[in-house]
Amino acid sequence: MNLESIPLQAFLIVSSALFCIGIWGLLNSRNAVRVLMSIELMLNAVNINLMAFSSYIDNNLIQGQVFAIFVITVAAAEAAVGLAILLSLYRNRVTVDMESFNLLKW
Amino acid sequence: MSIAITTQFICFTVLTLVVIIGALGVVLLESIVYSAFLLGGVFMSVAGLYLLLNASFVAAAQVLVYVGAVNVLIIFAIMLVNKKEDLKPIGDIKSRRIISTSICLTLLSLLIRVDLTNVWSLSSPQNSIGEESTIRIGEHLFSDYLLPFEVASVLLLMAMIGAIVLARRDVLSKDISTGLPVDQELIEKSSEPLLTNKN
Repeated sequence: MNLESIPLQAFLIVSSALFCIGIWGLLNSRNAVRVLMSIELMLNAVNINLMAFSSYIDNNLIQGQVFAIFVITVAAAEAAVGLAILLSLYRNRVTVDMESFNLLKW
Repeated sequence: MSIAITTQFICFTVLTLVVIIGALGVVLLESIVYSAFLLGGVFMSVAGLYLLLNASFVAAAQVLVYVGAVNVLIIFAIMLVNKKEDLKPIGDIKSRRIISTSICLTLLSLLIRVDLTNVWSLSSPQNSIGEESTIRIGEHLFSDYLLPFEVASVLLLMAMIGAIVLARRDVLSKDISTGLPVDQELIEKSSEPLLTNKN
């Protein structure tokens, strides 16, 4: 194998696998904190995708890196608000089990 | 990137293995504390992948924001809500697992197929700005991405105020609608004070 650099597809496959692991964790976790962690994994997968495209396709104007910085900003805000909501829920329900958060179920 | 290609491949393989195995550990491990620390490892390896992609500024931002802030926040949340509880068993858990796993595998195969079959229009690596990417990001942030940059600052302010409002304890002494006194007792179990005199 005679390659000049790591192929773009390698990065894309890593980020696809990370995204799917995140979705699996989001669907299957009973613990609310683990759900938040899965969301962070998915956001990281998206960031890897953006960075790979910015480095391989747009390596002069690197707009993907700027977008990755915005995604990191929004992820930090999301984590703070999500954990505050989680604490508030825990204060009301005294559990972190996702199955017991059915306030909006009709 | 001035590293030899063999070194790049070795770094990429190691980082990928850490990312995938760490992410599987995050979602599969029984103990949530182990998951949180593995998540920190995953974030660090993702920062390593960014370094392989010539993006030192975003790698530094990833380490500072994710490992330094988000992961610490998650560990604090675990510390605050970590109560041993026996989860109620769900009747149809097996069918749920099968359906969700098949959905994830289908999505993964679809994404990998798109990754491998699409023809990407790669630009020539001669145009690469390499180490000047930090300067270029700064130029972007203060010229054509100025509005999103300012909106992001407002978003962070709103998130900060929202988190404080949501997470603080209720300080009202009376219920607004009924006028009855509000129960302000802490829900945590009252613990024995430390260093009590046993004799």
